[in-house]
Amino acid sequence: MPHFSKPAAGSWTEHYPELGTRPVDYTDSIDPACYAAEQTAIFKKTWLNVGRVEQLPKTGSYFTKELAVADTSLVLVRGKDKRIRAFHNLCRHRGNKLVWNDYPGEEVKGTCRQFTCKYHAWRYDLEGNLTFVQQEKEFFDLDKADFGLKSVRCEVWEGFIFVNLDPDAAPLSQYLGELGKGLEGYPFHEMTEVFTYKAEVGSNWKLFIDAFAEFYHAPVLHQKQATKEEAEKLLGYGFEALHYDIRSPHSMISSWGGMSPPKDPSMVKPIERVLRSGLFGPWDRPDIEGLDPLPPGVNPAGHRAWGVDSFHFFPNFMLLIWAPGWYLTYHYWPTAVDRHIFEANLYFVPAKTARERLAHELAAVTFKEYALQDANTLEATQTMLKSRAVTEFPLNDQEILLRHLHKVAGDYVKEHADAAG
Amino acid sequence: MLPAEFAALEPYGDWILETERERYEKRLASSMEEMQAFYDAAFPLLESASKHLDAFTVGELPEPERNLLLLMFSLVMVSFPIEVWKQARVPDSGAAYLDLLVEPRV
Ligand code: FES
Ligand SMILES: [Fe+2]
Repeated sequence: MPHFSKPAAGSWTEHYPELGTRPVDYTDSIDPACYAAEQTAIFKKTWLNVGRVEQLPKTGSYFTKELAVADTSLVLVRGKDKRIRAFHNLCRHRGNKLVWNDYPGEEVKGTCRQFTCKYHAWRYDLEGNLTFVQQEKEFFDLDKADFGLKSVRCEVWEGFIFVNLDPDAAPLSQYLGELGKGLEGYPFHEMTEVFTYKAEVGSNWKLFIDAFAEFYHAPVLHQKQATKEEAEKLLGYGFEALHYDIRSPHSMISSWGGMSPPKDPSMVKPIERVLRSGLFGPWDRPDIEGLDPLPPGVNPAGHRAWGVDSFHFFPNFMLLIWAPGWYLTYHYWPTAVDRHIFEANLYFVPAKTARERLAHELAAVTFKEYALQDANTLEATQTMLKSRAVTEFPLNDQEILLRHLHKVAGDYVKEHADAAG
Repeated sequence: MLPAEFAALEPYGDWILETERERYEKRLASSMEEMQAFYDAAFPLLESASKHLDAFTVGELPEPERNLLLLMFSLVMVSFPIEVWKQARVPDSGAAYLDLLVEPRV
């Protein structure tokens, strides 16, 4: 018995006929050649979110971003004109990595007046211009104007900083399309209290997106998180989304979430009752503008039981907006066909009282308990996929976003190969 | 170390830890009995501690109050083992890890 209505086509998946309903081939998650093709066709061609404007608060603020998947490292910096720019993290003299501390492979952040190369002390200003060459007279016809840092496309949407290694890419707002537009005006800028989590995961990047793009697993994998009666009830219901929306290459799922606050307090753990917080976040909405009404793209079905919307901006950025007024981001940075770095950021309106801060702490701790269970299934999945004993897998209607992700990734690779002839 | 009203928690001073990493490590290194004793002492005082701390701004807590808040962070940390898992580790989490690199300081 369905609890929430589906489109007239009979299912969410058939509402998007281009997706088909056949089992999905997961060779794309184990084949090194496929990964190499994704690097070129996807990660060097699409807009990648590398951070938030709050990470670059003033002139001279910078951070580096390792992009192993695109064979480069970038430095993001706010210039004297307050603009944020992105450059390849590469000295124009002889290619030394420009910005790093003790370990060249580690990301760094800070504030500076200029960048000085560790090798022969060439200097660049915050706008990327070469300003000083050691023993300049020893060079031959060297015009400093020709040796500025190599810049990378960089645009900001709602405070999210994106880069694109393709100089010919369409503008960011066009790329984010209708799903992006529907979120504009959400008070992201008020939510500046951040918890940043990171882990290296032994699976293809798409497999972790798969895990977070469906909640079909939630009543099963996470059943020990709920009280026994509650777990059995949830397992009996299974999971159904309120709404899905696919605007290729992006997609979203809208889900109910009765836990903030729960209808019946006995459903939740004792500490949740005292701190009024849990997996869905603090039960009490922060007192800020912009949460009522919400932008039209949030809770698109306008459902009263709405709890969270999860947006997947292709290729590797997920943005979750929670009913109680906070948000969460996921990034998946591939390092090999069977490895990636997973990053999660929880963003809250800064706590004014210890009580609020404790509510955030409980939400963050709870997030980690769940995410550890999510992450642990992945290495095992990767290993078994690698056996190639089975290559095609049936996906149900609540797994539509996974079906879409693998199709879109495949389409990008194919289009790129076709264009290359 | 703690505000006078919370002197009963002084024996659990080793749970006053600056970072999530330290709190998580202490959780993994503790026995269920140790965590249960801490939980049994601290949980009944969570509401009164929140009320006590309400009188202050979170970024400007005097040292004893700040210690109390850090101690309550540890209570949050052990709440899953005590209330749900009956073990220190997250079940079915195998070798997975997740490091908290940036956390809001108090
Ligand atoms: S490589 Fe940077 S100054 Fe020589
Ligand atoms: Fe999960």
